[in-house]
Amino acid sequence: MHSALLLSVLVATLRAATPLLFAGFGELVTERSGVLNLGVEGMMLTGAALGFMGAASSGSILVGLLLAMVGGAALSLVFGVLTLSLMANQVATGLALTIFGVGFSALIGVSFQGVPLTGLSSVIWPSLAQAVPWLQQLMLIDPLVVAALLLPFAVQLFLYRSRAGLVLRAVGESHDVAHALGYSVLRIRYLAVVFGGAMSGLGGAYLSLAYTPMWTENMVAGRGWIALALVVFSTWQPLWLALGACLFGFVTIAQFQAEALGIDISPHLLAMLPYLITVLVLVLISRDRVRLKLRAPAALGRPFHATV
Amino acid sequence: MRINLVARATPARAMLWASPLIAALCSAIGIAALFAMLGRDPVQALGILFVAPLSSGSGLAEIALKATPLLLCAIGIAIGCKAEVWNIGAEGQFTLGAIAGSGVALAFGGAGHWWVLPLMILAGIAGGAAWAAIPALLKTRFNAHEILTTLMLTYVATQLLGYLVTGPWRDPDGFGFPQTRQFEPDAMLPMLVPNTRLHIGALFALAAVGLAWLLLGRTLIGFQIRVVGAAPAAARYAGFSRHGIVWFCLLVSGGLAGLAGICEIAGPDGQLTPVISPGYGFAAIIVAFLGRLHPLGILFASLLMALLYIGGEGLQMTLQLPLAVTGVIQGMLLFFLLAADVFINFRVRVVRAPAQGAVRVA
Repeated sequence: MHSALLLSVLVATLRAATPLLFAGFGELVTERSGVLNLGVEGMMLTGAALGFMGAASSGSILVGLLLAMVGGAALSLVFGVLTLSLMANQVATGLALTIFGVGFSALIGVSFQGVPLTGLSSVIWPSLAQAVPWLQQLMLIDPLVVAALLLPFAVQLFLYRSRAGLVLRAVGESHDVAHALGYSVLRIRYLAVVFGGAMSGLGGAYLSLAYTPMWTENMVAGRGWIALALVVFSTWQPLWLALGACLFGFVTIAQFQAEALGIDISPHLLAMLPYLITVLVLVLISRDRVRLKLRAPAALGRPFHATV
Repeated sequence: MRINLVARATPARAMLWASPLIAALCSAIGIAALFAMLGRDPVQALGILFVAPLSSGSGLAEIALKATPLLLCAIGIAIGCKAEVWNIGAEGQFTLGAIAGSGVALAFGGAGHWWVLPLMILAGIAGGAAWAAIPALLKTRFNAHEILTTLMLTYVATQLLGYLVTGPWRDPDGFGFPQTRQFEPDAMLPMLVPNTRLHIGALFALAAVGLAWLLLGRTLIGFQIRVVGAAPAAARYAGFSRHGIVWFCLLVSGGLAGLAGICEIAGPDGQLTPVISPGYGFAAIIVAFLGRLHPLGILFASLLMALLYIGGEGLQMTLQLPLAVTGVIQGMLLFFLLAADVFINFRVRVVRAPAQGAVRVA
């Protein structure tokens, strides 16, 4: 009995952490290149809407996932043109991207509200509903969850064990030095920004195709902002980001578990928990100013303009 | 051939004013393209969006009504932005202002006391300011970034509102709908123009424009705000308190957003429901930037944004377009503005690549 509950909590935690892992690692790589993209929420929503539309229209989840990644990447490219080529303020542009993404996703998704869709796990395992409970739980660990769990190690290896990762970090620490060494700062930043956009789109699509297979307006519900907070929490270290995302996955499902256990608290109050804990975690990590300053990419948020 | 951006020695003053117009023009083209893609006649849709609301008295009153919360929120956001204090949680402070003021209305309304309405307004301001005080404390005491904390508190505020209207404050005679009792007449703002919904909150918003202009242009704290934002090192040497400015900006913008919240509830609505704002607090960020963070500019920008809201409703009714079109247009407007702003500080230079085999002369 206990092990069954434990397994279901573990699986639910991992599934809730998956969108945060995708979006968080996209943003981590973007920020390590020295660019702060606050549009994660908007890109996730666009990914969720496009992913659902693609899957519902074509009948293939894979098409939906690809469309979501392309959509997220396209939005991040708009952000890139404005902030990298035109040197617009990154904070303001990121906010604009979120506002645009919220509206855009609602606009394109309006005819898909209430459309039924078979979720990812049920597509892979058509016998999901008949399986015994523990097997059902294992079946819920879909390929995207696995991919999200491998992502921290991949990004860790890329950043610290590859030449490209070294160059990316150099650009994020000092774009002038990287430029003087002959690296194309803008090209590297564009690639990092587009990677971040595609990952955010994928994270959003996970929500609308696997986590809760449906499309509703604003369904990302602040997860994009939580992912941004997690990057600060991790002090830009991949393995800490993975830990943070799992912690938040657990907090998210704790509210459902509390309801299932019959704890009599308004669902509205329980729904505050992830946001309150984000603030708490942010406070705990930010109070150590020196550590935050040392760990943050030194060129974060600063525009680059090559004069030579 | 390459296109280079060359930094100007001083910002181009003409571009400072031309760039919002260029952005508006580009947006109009973008909007027309959007309508064409959605299979609607662009000219007709643009007419409904921009012209129809302006051609009737009630339309104008509705624009002023919608501009009121946008203006109040945007003035506060702009004061913060001047000092690089990013309050993007005006939506949450708006909600808390509405909750605090409504608490007064529900507790004391109906007995005919003259002080109910003033107390509601004060409670609204205090509620918004208190909600913004949390990020201020976390920023000054613990260094937590206000962008994330103000935003997280917006989600908390929405849930708090949901809890109140489905729980302790639910109207017992409301057939189970998640809403509070309808306010008594003595807890409602007086109307400004008869037979419209325009209430005296619009005057508060106009007063805020004037006060913000005085504050930023004519007072020491306004000067400090500008220096802290434009030249943090200079502000440190001058001994200006960065913490003091953070507190001031967040309390003022929170208070203004709270005022907007209670005016919205005590004006047209008259009761709390789970959704009390179509995203005024977020749209106000666009308004602040569109208005160049200048009080007068913000006044015009808020009217334009209100026009978009009313026009968007018109599109929904006549062309069956989803209301979300408004958000797309708002985002597009801000994108174009940010792009056009580049030319304030940079000029474009087209560089011809040297021809093959040409001799370079230094």
